[in-house]
Amino acid sequence: MPEPEAPRRLDLPGVPDWKRVSPRYVVVEIVGTVLFGLALCGGGVLLWLVVGLEWAPYLIGAIALVTLLTVLFEPRRVRAIGYQLRQDDLLFRRGIMFTRFVSVPYGRMQLVDITRGPIARWLGLADLKFVTAAASSGVLIPGLAEADAESLRDRLVELAESRRAGL
Amino acid sequence: MTSLADGEWHRLHPASPLLRGGIFIVAVLGFIVANLRERLIDFFFGVPGYGGDPIDEIMRRGAVGWALLIVAVVLVLILVGFYLSWRMHTFRVSDEVVEVRSGLVFRSHRRARLDRIQGVNIVRPFVPRLFGAAKLEVSVAGQDANVQLAYLGSALADALRRDILHLASGLRQPAAAAAAAAVAAAAIAAASAATTAVPNSGTEARSGAETGDFRTERASAPEFGTAEGRAPGGIRAPGGIGAAAAGIAGGIGGFAVDRANEFFAPELDPDAAPPESVVRIPPGRLIGSVFFSGFTVFLVLAGIALVVSVAFGGSGWLLVAILPGMIGSVSYYFSRFTKSLRYSIAGTPDGVRVGFGLLSTSNETLPPGRIHAIRVSQPLLWRPFGWWQVRINTAGHSTNKGAAGEANTTTLPVGTEDDVARVLELILPGFNSAEHLALISRGLRSKGGDDGFTNAPPRAAWLRPFSWRRTGYALSDGIALLRRGTVSRELILVPLARLQSVGVSQGPVLRMLRLASAGLHTVAGPVAATLSVVDAGEAVTLFERVSAGAIESAHLDTSHHWNLPNGAPE
Repeated sequence: MPEPEAPRRLDLPGVPDWKRVSPRYVVVEIVGTVLFGLALCGGGVLLWLVVGLEWAPYLIGAIALVTLLTVLFEPRRVRAIGYQLRQDDLLFRRGIMFTRFVSVPYGRMQLVDITRGPIARWLGLADLKFVTAAASSGVLIPGLAEADAESLRDRLVELAESRRAGL
Repeated sequence: MTSLADGEWHRLHPASPLLRGGIFIVAVLGFIVANLRERLIDFFFGVPGYGGDPIDEIMRRGAVGWALLIVAVVLVLILVGFYLSWRMHTFRVSDEVVEVRSGLVFRSHRRARLDRIQGVNIVRPFVPRLFGAAKLEVSVAGQDANVQLAYLGSALADALRRDILHLASGLRQPAAAAAAAAVAAAAIAAASAATTAVPNSGTEARSGAETGDFRTERASAPEFGTAEGRAPGGIRAPGGIGAAAAGIAGGIGGFAVDRANEFFAPELDPDAAPPESVVRIPPGRLIGSVFFSGFTVFLVLAGIALVVSVAFGGSGWLLVAILPGMIGSVSYYFSRFTKSLRYSIAGTPDGVRVGFGLLSTSNETLPPGRIHAIRVSQPLLWRPFGWWQVRINTAGHSTNKGAAGEANTTTLPVGTEDDVARVLELILPGFNSAEHLALISRGLRSKGGDDGFTNAPPRAAWLRPFSWRRTGYALSDGIALLRRGTVSRELILVPLARLQSVGVSQGPVLRMLRLASAGLHTVAGPVAATLSVVDAGEAVTLFERVSAGAIESAHLDTSHHWNLPNGAPE
């Protein structure tokens, strides 16, 4: 049975211009990844020197390699994060290897949360979280410039007010 | 009848502290005194190692007065504590909110907006039920956000539920005017028929028939909780059995008859609901459904493991580990069985009412538009019998356990396909044309193919070797239907007006097969509306159709005030 060729990669046609997050967000991600890798390596060193496991150096090497690869792919991953304010809903996408698209009607907003980690604050960035009644919605737009985050928050609240809906 | 929903502060049933746990305190005190009396005497009077009975000892020492005084003081302190906690526990129902104030030392004040009500649950645990008391719980969205009124007189709880739902439905005028007419009519009907049809509404029937307007009686007893407490039902005519019995027996006898009537009354409040439940579960089917469950499979496997280990001379640790659990499983079966007994479901103007329970009963009303997702499922063992189960996601969670001892999300513990159709008609009003019913039926039993559902492509067989044919979705009139599972069949229905968000995602394996997965995000609950395999192109279509449908449905939805005419201003 011949079947029409489906696209291999999941993408939304007709959504041309995604708003991207700040390129500086790459730094936040890289610092986080490197710190996490270093912590794991520290654990490996402990295993090696204190417990005396002989294969521990290989483990440390593997951790370092994975960390390096993650860091190399970081700019692409950050470029893949995007959002768009449509007429009645917020579109959100992220991920290269594991792609995810979410659409949330504005009226479903329960609250908007803005958080700043230490490194993000140093770079003048903030994360914006759009919270609905469903835990699985998971719309977290990271790495917005602080002014952008605040204006986006105000815009979202305004849109949600005008499209008020119950639960 | 707005005796309680009139915007004034009211108190609960006077026996509430006792029913809420006071009995337990008294019992513990009694236990301690009975067991440790010698130690207590020793502690207070410093008489170590005396031989005889403490009562004799007290008599001998001439301390009878002191002993009696101590007992009296303790009793008075307990009673004062109970009285104060009852006195400080007040509630109020106005046009907009339900409020409860409580607490002796730590005051708490809780309000729930009526248009955010997710459900109203009346629970009658066994002991309070014997005393004619019931617990009324108003669920609102969120963790631990419920407003609980424990306890109220049984008939009062029913009346208050009706008033709360009435106010919440958006009909702003106090329920009195509307309800008075309805109840007066019901009372006249009851009086003329003089049957046992409405034992629960005995008071209303009598007063309605005599005065033509029972509000006068209510006005004479504004603190109805108190009135009820001083003469708990004794002066009330037990409407069901008839006034003759009350006249003869009176007093205690009347109370007993009243309680008996209440105890055996049908769960559905007769003047607020069509009395007939749309689904009956025969006890045989109930036993079968409990027996043919996954738990039994587990039990059988455990039994086999046990026999094998003993036969091959195992060390016996398995015996120690498993046997107590197997004995305990008997009580599991029993509680699942009794909790599902006397199951009933019926539509009322203010939503679907689900009741169940043999000794402790529970009776929850879900107003329209409070159901976020529905799952109709059939475990493999149930397939020969054609049984299905219906579970739902709601935003409010009653703290009380529901049917079959599970969370309060099982709307139909077990039923045939006809029962499922009747239940779905209640919880999805308006989704019952022939076309819709055919769609539901195909969603339940179809093996797949071109049947109105958009199914996964054959290459999905790599991931879902058995069920790919019937893994698919359909959209119809604001409802999304997701179908999946062959071994354990499932059909999930999501009203798009309640949908929170929609997502599609794709990992490396799915990308290799040109597939994707889709999820309709609803409030948390037992139902997860996800499709694990969809054609990648089709996933985009689904995403666009569902997100557009959700916006449209949410725009048209007016169910937060379900009795307002469509489009009316709030």
